[in-house]
Amino acid sequence: MLTLPGLLLAAIVGLMPPASLKAVDAPNDQGQSIILTWTAPEGESVPVTGYTILRSCAPDTGFAEVGTEPAATSEYTDNDVIDGTKYWYAVQVKSGADSARSAAVGPVTSKAQWFNTARVNILVVTVVICGLFFYYLQRARKGAKMYIRKIAGLDAIDDALGRATEMGKPILFSFGLGYITDMVVIAALPLLRKIAKKSAEYSTRLIVPNSDPIVMTAAQETVKEAYTEMGRPDFYNPDNVTFLTSDQFGYAAGVDGIILREKPGAIFWFGYFYAESLIMAETGHSVGAIQLAGTTETTQLPFFVAACDYTMIGEEIYAASCYLRPEPIMLGTLKGEDFIRFWLIVLVTATVVLGTVAAVLSKQAPVLNQVFETVVRWATPAY
Amino acid sequence: MKRTVPLVLVFSTALMLIVAFFIPHRPFGDLESRFLNWYTIVSGFTFLLGIDSLTRHHLTRVFRRGQGWGYSLVLVLALFGTMALGFYSWFKFQSPFALRAPFMWLYTYMIIPLQSTMFASLAFFIVSAAYRAFRIRNFAATLLLVAAVLVMIGNVPLGGSIWRSIGALVHAIVPAVDLVKFGRLEAFAAVKDWLMSIATASAMRGIGIGLALGGIAMSLRIILGIERTYMS
Repeated sequence: MLTLPGLLLAAIVGLMPPASLKAVDAPNDQGQSIILTWTAPEGESVPVTGYTILRSCAPDTGFAEVGTEPAATSEYTDNDVIDGTKYWYAVQVKSGADSARSAAVGPVTSKAQWFNTARVNILVVTVVICGLFFYYLQRARKGAKMYIRKIAGLDAIDDALGRATEMGKPILFSFGLGYITDMVVIAALPLLRKIAKKSAEYSTRLIVPNSDPIVMTAAQETVKEAYTEMGRPDFYNPDNVTFLTSDQFGYAAGVDGIILREKPGAIFWFGYFYAESLIMAETGHSVGAIQLAGTTETTQLPFFVAACDYTMIGEEIYAASCYLRPEPIMLGTLKGEDFIRFWLIVLVTATVVLGTVAAVLSKQAPVLNQVFETVVRWATPAY
Repeated sequence: MKRTVPLVLVFSTALMLIVAFFIPHRPFGDLESRFLNWYTIVSGFTFLLGIDSLTRHHLTRVFRRGQGWGYSLVLVLALFGTMALGFYSWFKFQSPFALRAPFMWLYTYMIIPLQSTMFASLAFFIVSAAYRAFRIRNFAATLLLVAAVLVMIGNVPLGGSIWRSIGALVHAIVPAVDLVKFGRLEAFAAVKDWLMSIATASAMRGIGIGLALGGIAMSLRIILGIERTYMS
């Protein structure tokens, strides 16, 4: 609210222009943008209502409006520039009908950068991780023995399939709402292959309802190939690996319908699931099916743990293909992953200890806090 | 050749995308969005495959009078009915999503209520799953039950009311206890906050870090052609 002294001062002094105007080429981008920053007029006693951004290709004349910003803002990105062209900028502050223009700044040109310096940390970590993976791959190739722990969920697959066969009931496999671009769907394909092989061996019908046409095609090919490998190409029926709908709850309703009509003896939920996970898994439980689940969606894991008999938690589903095809080269990548995980735990623990000590000794040793902040800043990725 | 060409394509595409992540300069900077555009175009066409699979499956069941053929008939009629209304709305109102278009009517008064009904049914499924999960079978299940009860009480206004009642009871037994200070403690809410932001968050982060590493390992296996199941 404008006070009487403020009104008097504004009437005497007039509106002040924005201060400290700077125009720079936007860093780490593919060009065609310039960033402007300024500070609000100092000691301003009249309320600023907004800013007008002016641009020209000459230092003194030809300034035209390219954008406006509200009073609370002090930054503008001009994304309508041509790389290599020289530009001059000025910012006009507005207060009702009054306005005041800053001095022009420039020339400034935009250009594309050849390296995103904000991602140096990601590059370093990528190189280290890849290096470790390749080291363990090489060790595996040379025949080094690799020990990996057992995953209970994978061992249970055979039991579930055997139980469904004994009961004379079909098997149901779902990728959830995953697309072929989702890593978890690719990780689930070897599991479908193993299950399809067993279903051919036991002559048990396998139903795979899909929510994505590309995933459906991949699933059809996987099942067909597995049946052929087991010498049962005649067993393949494309009607068992079908498309339902890409709509979330439509898919849940469709899968629930299949479960209630077909009453499968074993159900496998391997893929990408959202809120529909519990609706489907509870329906599976209601028909007495033995259920195995695995997803990378952490918000749905508790639902699967509550509703299913076995749940693969976290990266276990990614590791599944290595367990199903325990070749040295596959185990090498698993070993590399475990090694990196160990060192990550060490690094995170060390950083937590450093942060705690820095907080406790903030007055005696302020340098510790600086070191901690530098480490955290370096470890924070820029996207 | 049938296997080598896709593998080379996967490797080179992945390499280009990794390089593009670090190099904003053209032609790398906008590669990801270009690839995404291509993926959208390809996946758009594959929906025809999906519709073909769906109609073929259900029409066969209707003609053969297979088990549950009535449901299949409803599905086929609904599918073609929706498509017909969509095209009609397009011609009549220039957009199927025009407010007065019959397609929009179908969407607003049938599809949305059906979706809402399915989502609402989640509440009942949560109750039945929670009943099974929280049964006291062993120490871990007991821990889960206690934590769940504390989180639930801490999340609702009833928690504050229970805490204040406990305060009144304590005050009645030991008058020296300051009722106002006791009430300010809001122990249930504090315990809930601790469970959610410390205990749960640390477990979720552990799973998250494992997932990220698993994802990197899986990506490397795919890029290097070690994992090829997606090409089956």
